[in-house]
Amino acid sequence: MTDNTLPTCLIDGEEVPFTPGQTLIQAATAAGKYIPHLCWHPDFAAHGSCKICTVKADGRFGAACTIEARAGMTVENRTTELDDKRRTLLQLLFVEGNHFCPSCEKSGNCLLQATAYEVGMMSPHFDHFYPDRPVDASHPDVLLDFNRCIMCELCVRASRDVDGKNIFALSGRGIKSHLIVNSESGRIKDTDFSAGDRAAEVCPVGVILKKRVGFAVPIGGRKYDVSPVSAQVGAQAPTREEA
Amino acid sequence: MTSELETAAHPENLRRVAIDHVSRVEGHGKVTILLDDDNKVHQVRLHIVEFRGFEKFIEGRPYWEVPVMVQRLCGICPVSHHLAASKAMDMIVGARQLTPTAEKIRRLMHHGQILQSHALHFFHLSSPDLLFGFDSDVAKRNIVGVAAAFPDIARKGVLLRKYGQEVIRMTAGKRVHGTGSVPGGVNKSLTADERAALLKDIYQMVAWSRDAVRMIRQLFEQNLAFYNAFGRFTAHGMSLVRADGAMDLYHGGLRARKADGSLLFDHVNYDHYWDVITEDVKPWSYMKFPFLRALGPDDGWYRVGPLTRVTNCDFIGTPLADKEREEFLAYDGGSATGATLGYHWARMIEMLHAAEAIKDLLHDDDIVGTELMASGPRAERGVGVIEAPRGTLIHHYRVDENDQVIRANLIVSTTHNNQAMNEAIRVVAKQYLSGRELTEGLLNHIEVAIRCFDPCLSCATHALGQMPLEVELVRVPSAGHFMTEGNPHGTGGTVIDRMTRNMRGVCERPEDSGSGT
Repeated sequence: MTDNTLPTCLIDGEEVPFTPGQTLIQAATAAGKYIPHLCWHPDFAAHGSCKICTVKADGRFGAACTIEARAGMTVENRTTELDDKRRTLLQLLFVEGNHFCPSCEKSGNCLLQATAYEVGMMSPHFDHFYPDRPVDASHPDVLLDFNRCIMCELCVRASRDVDGKNIFALSGRGIKSHLIVNSESGRIKDTDFSAGDRAAEVCPVGVILKKRVGFAVPIGGRKYDVSPVSAQVGAQAPTREEA
Repeated sequence: MTSELETAAHPENLRRVAIDHVSRVEGHGKVTILLDDDNKVHQVRLHIVEFRGFEKFIEGRPYWEVPVMVQRLCGICPVSHHLAASKAMDMIVGARQLTPTAEKIRRLMHHGQILQSHALHFFHLSSPDLLFGFDSDVAKRNIVGVAAAFPDIARKGVLLRKYGQEVIRMTAGKRVHGTGSVPGGVNKSLTADERAALLKDIYQMVAWSRDAVRMIRQLFEQNLAFYNAFGRFTAHGMSLVRADGAMDLYHGGLRARKADGSLLFDHVNYDHYWDVITEDVKPWSYMKFPFLRALGPDDGWYRVGPLTRVTNCDFIGTPLADKEREEFLAYDGGSATGATLGYHWARMIEMLHAAEAIKDLLHDDDIVGTELMASGPRAERGVGVIEAPRGTLIHHYRVDENDQVIRANLIVSTTHNNQAMNEAIRVVAKQYLSGRELTEGLLNHIEVAIRCFDPCLSCATHALGQMPLEVELVRVPSAGHFMTEGNPHGTGGTVIDRMTRNMRGVCERPEDSGSGT
């Protein structure tokens, strides 16, 4: 039900109301409209790094998570042009890490995989980097599989802003950027990280995983088996109960 | 007991013929044959590249990922790897006794696998040889040819396989590479709708499986002398059997029988399989050669798979298959039980058993139960053994305190049968190739012998019952160059003849070869 007192913008030709101060992706999400994204999460401040939510607002490219909605703004979202660019960005993410969906326990609950399906990514297109990213299995309850990290920094934000523990950070620059653990040894066991932390359940891909529960949900019952990501607006990463 | 054709006494001045298969999965398998000037066979070897890579890259992975990851070894019987790994991981998580629902769902999945794999092998891959003849027109000798000449048989084959795949889909979540079995149990049982859907067709599947047993029996009857003699050799055998001696494809103790029929060991707990079998290495093959410890590396090689299982057990626990087993054992004084082509007959008896076992499980209310998982004290080592469609499959892992796999050893069915397949093709080469000019039909005799074992390389190499082949006749300038098989194209000799057969089964000689030197 549209609130007639609110200003509106046009996203893909549809009127979307917004509260002044809302970003385009916030307004779209509140209206049940899907803008593809990875590093954005409704509970956290925008990060603007993955660029998957790039839209064309009044003719200019920009991240929907950082552009404030304005009255009368005309926004292109799911156009061929934009989805083509999103697909390329996704392909780059897939080849930079080691994303082996067939044996990944996050498969079916993974936002990266679901988004790739959504925009019709059929191949990695680019040569794989095959980076060497050893897993950190030192924590009794949580496994860190850095092979799948897309550097969205959701765990960094969750640990710092919600858990108050500041356990994760990105280190290095450019292609050498990688997720690190804030302890002397660099190992997760030497932090006060806990499986109950917000940071333990916010990962949109299969990096931060609760141990010994992989594959507990059968194929057909997993989050994105039920319906595609575009039909689940407002439920980005699986919540603790769902995971 | 090893054939004198394993290594030629004097390889000098022999011609080398390589049947070089192109495999879609694990590199390649090929056959090399050394012939003298009179085309007499002096050496025959089957070389296969196998699964060592998986054992390495599974290291460091969390144990609960292994049952899903290792099944990617194969697209034909992934359920076998899925279940063998799950059984090993059951030991890691201390689930010595699964819940009735979990055990029965896994058995259902496994028998679906046996049904679909055996149907695929018999109808799609082998029936063209058996129905048309080993050296029949190569253009027709495939499943499409079968569909044209024997549409009813082809249809049954397709639908039997489809049914098995549906059983797998409903228990594992997908027809190929599902996730249903997890360490300690399963992640789903059947819904009432799924159970009803499977029950609807199972009686038809049992009936068609009986027809298939009848069909291979008739083929034996029509060609008795030939079927009995083709690639015949004696071998020891090993398989799992249930505590009461019944055939059990999902779980049991190891039983080995010597070639003379006497028991070598029985009901051995497989969690120490290395007490009774171990692996040997030969310089000319990438694949290891397992052998029975008590008999040593030269005499201890053995056979696994349907023929061994049907003859090794004391009885089959489902009535129709058990009756067929008795008839098979009694047929022509037991001659078929030692025939290499007897594999096909035994395989169809197993397919019937699988269909009957599925029928019985579908009538068991435990398959719609909700108790899915069990656990117990944690262990460091897990061994899982299962009778896969092609034979005994062993998975062996060590897992550290961080839940990571630190060591993996897999002995797959085709590896157990390595020496046995070599023996079979040596007998066939002696029987049919020695002293004759090579033709496509003669080369197919070698493949027919290999196909009896339903090895992974055969099912992985062709969509239409055809192995693409390239055969080269090479004159080697001096002694010593014969032994360069590690480099399949580096013989260093002069190619005097070359024949290729493409995926459509068409044989041709490239224009630039065959001119002679």
